Amino acid sequence: MSYQEKKSLVSLISNIIIFAVYYMNVLQRYHENIFSTEELFKFWAGAILLLMPVLIFTKLIINFIFIIVNRIVTNQVAPKFSDELDKLIDLRATVHFGWVFMLGYLLSMGALVIGMTPLIMFNILLCSAILGGIAIDVTQLYFYRKGI
Amino acid sequence: MSVHPISNIIRKLRFNADEMTQQQLANQVSVTRQTIVAIEKGKYSPSLELAFKITRVFNLSIEEVFFYDPKNNV
Repeated sequence: MSYQEKKSLVSLISNIIIFAVYYMNVLQRYHENIFSTEELFKFWAGAILLLMPVLIFTKLIINFIFIIVNRIVTNQVAPKFSDELDKLIDLRATVHFGWVFMLGYLLSMGALVIGMTPLIMFNILLCSAILGGIAIDVTQLYFYRKGI
Repeated sequence: MSVHPISNIIRKLRFNADEMTQQQLANQVSVTRQTIVAIEKGKYSPSLELAFKITRVFNLSIEEVFFYDPKNNV
């Protein structure tokens, strides 16, 4: 398995674990409190906003650990630059993220239109953000493995 | 297994060039070793610029290194 494949796999697994832990934490806090409508919007908007720095910070640490562990175990050096293949795969991955997130956004708005609660709408938005992140990792893993 | 209509003989050329490693070729054309691996396995068709860079390493023309076979088109 190449360095890029391993990196995508580590990113995929860490994305799923970080989101699962974060989401359970948010749900726990949600069930512990009773919110007015305004507070409910504030709570979920805050949860979505906070997810991004949490994801970025934890993934930075995990990536750092991965580079060190991979270097020790396989003696493989991380590439210092992105070449045309990396950029092409990144572009495709970003497009897939866009499609997944756009679908989630439309579904969340649709949920509001058909009379579902804001809780459902925010949950769909939150899930679509993380599913988009997973789409990036899966796309990268697929194209690094199968070719482009 | 080739998935592209474009195939190549880079592996053979490397072997004939004092068993040049994939990393050495990658360094000479400014890409990662993974990209050379993908090109050799037919998993990736390089850009025209990269194709020219690779052929110049071996002092050959593009047609002598890369081959187009429309039957392999997927």
